[in-house]
Amino acid sequence: MARLQLRNLEKVYGGAFKAVHGINLDVEEGEFMVLVGPSGCAKSTTLRMIAGLEEVTAGEIRIGERIVNTLEPGKRGIAMVFQNYALYPHMKVRTNLAFGLRIGGASKAEAAKAVEEVAKILEIEPLLDRLPKQLSGGQAQRVALGRALIKKPDVFLFDEPLSNLDAKLRASMRVRITDLHKRLKREGMASTVVYVTHDQTEAMTMGDRICVMKDGHIMQVATPKELYEQPANLFVAGFIGSPEMNVIEGHVDGGAFRTGGQLIQLGEALTSRLSARPERAALGIRPQHLTLATGINGALSAQLRGVEFMGHEVYLHALLDGREVTTVASAAEFERMDRSLDTIRLLPEAANMHIFDRDSGRNVSLRAQG
Amino acid sequence: MSDISHASDVFTAGADALAEARRHQRIQQRRARISAILRYAVLLGVGLVMLYPLIWLVGASFKTNAEIFANPGFIPREPTTEGYVQGWETSTPYTFGRFFWNSFLIILPKTIGTAISCTMVAYGFARFDFPLKKLLFTSVIAILLLPNVVTRIPQYILFRELGWLDSFLPLWVPSAMAGDAFFVFMLVQFLRAIPDDMEQAARVDGCNSWQTLLFVVVPMLAPALISVCLFQFMWTMNDFLGPLIYISSVDKYPVSLALKLSIDTTEAFEWNRILAMSVLTITPALAVFFMAQKYFIEGISAGGIKG
Repeated sequence: MARLQLRNLEKVYGGAFKAVHGINLDVEEGEFMVLVGPSGCAKSTTLRMIAGLEEVTAGEIRIGERIVNTLEPGKRGIAMVFQNYALYPHMKVRTNLAFGLRIGGASKAEAAKAVEEVAKILEIEPLLDRLPKQLSGGQAQRVALGRALIKKPDVFLFDEPLSNLDAKLRASMRVRITDLHKRLKREGMASTVVYVTHDQTEAMTMGDRICVMKDGHIMQVATPKELYEQPANLFVAGFIGSPEMNVIEGHVDGGAFRTGGQLIQLGEALTSRLSARPERAALGIRPQHLTLATGINGALSAQLRGVEFMGHEVYLHALLDGREVTTVASAAEFERMDRSLDTIRLLPEAANMHIFDRDSGRNVSLRAQG
Repeated sequence: MSDISHASDVFTAGADALAEARRHQRIQQRRARISAILRYAVLLGVGLVMLYPLIWLVGASFKTNAEIFANPGFIPREPTTEGYVQGWETSTPYTFGRFFWNSFLIILPKTIGTAISCTMVAYGFARFDFPLKKLLFTSVIAILLLPNVVTRIPQYILFRELGWLDSFLPLWVPSAMAGDAFFVFMLVQFLRAIPDDMEQAARVDGCNSWQTLLFVVVPMLAPALISVCLFQFMWTMNDFLGPLIYISSVDKYPVSLALKLSIDTTEAFEWNRILAMSVLTITPALAVFFMAQKYFIEGISAGGIKG
């Protein structure tokens, strides 16, 4: 178990294309850190640099007290689970699991004992004598997990390990991995994790903290709750949460936000929090916090454009001064709605509004950390 | 009333359509059968034309010398193993066994050497970046395109200077040093088609490059390696020019030269002996090919090289 630190980590390909722009990240001992971002944001490159599969152009990777930049992957005290499992196709599951230990110099008996232990934890005992091609996706995934687990590494690295599974299996593996992490942590075993995914649900449900990346930069590192409630910039605001946060363009006008012909009252608390009053601003509010209003007071009017029925709730898409906004209504609320009208009235909750600077993308209405 | 007549119309129309569909199906089935018969007839005919010389060879090896020219058919009238017995003895102090042994002494180091060296070179080209890689790989391809004849004289002079003439060394050492660009190319192509995730997993598991090659890459490369060995085996077995140039003592002749020997030294050719020994000569290659046919085809097709 060890702490992982990235200091000004850079990756330049072929002397020209800069994939990672000097990022800094601390992963605490036993922490489950998720790297998330759209494809091409260099999250996998970062992970592969930590693993030692990709050379570091500049900066420093520290695992525990050691700088590991130039160490071979096998000597870094890491284990990795690959997206397509990467099990050795010609070896039985048992040999696949034991391979790392045997290469590391463990005796046959030691390796066999470790295999039994890991197989028990992951419930793959009946699979030990099968070849990888005889395994289903979920089984192969568990074996891949076992291969990492058996080495008792300082840091676990996961590279989109669930993206090849179907939705149902993915959900159950998600729970299994987080449970395993908690269990290992309780038992004081290796449990620092860096987990790469492009799926925000995975990120939100699994991570102790999440590091959102874009184009080789870190956009924000925070707990899932903080990320959701206090997005540091427009990118994070749009990336985390489903349906996406509504972004309404306009500018701050005294204690209100003006967009087109409509005024949105920001309220005392939010106004006092503003660290700047940008010329080109955007108001961000999650669909859940933009409720259907019955009265007229303080409500915005928008033209209803489409309805998505999700079962327990309904997504309403509407146009607010020419910009699409989404709101979520409960099924019951939707039933009560007067559906003969094209115009709906929306009431934004002042407590959950954010003001962004459209030029820098920064959130200028963050609450003080406390 | 009209309803009923309408219903019966519909019924008749339905029955007609059904009969029509059945007739159509029958015609189609007949067509498929005729086309299959034609196809197989053509294949059988062409196959027979191709195989006839081989069948004749086997038949003729059991004929007497006189019958070979008298009887054009391939079934011997009075089968005899005389050709085999006398052919094996040869007109030299050595039996054919000696020549087989010589062939074996060339083939074994050549095949093993090729498999090992070409794997290493191909692994290097397919998985590592090093200075001048492009230039070197281009030169491999250039060698592939170069006619063998061009290098024959310089090679001969080189081996003469090394004092390797009249030994097996010139026949297998170049190949054992990855000298056969074709095999390097074939393995590189095969390796490029294998995702490198497993090798990365091996590195994370603590393997160095050699361990990765040995424990992870070679097992995955097995089908291609089997093809390489088979090709090398067959080509070496059939190689006539190489031994002819470099080997001068009869006691070092491989079978390909020994066959020619029986034509050279006898005044009247004992064709049945030559044919009998020819049959023996092609037997190992045929046997090996049939045993490893599956891997052979797998290796060639997976490597993207169609024979």
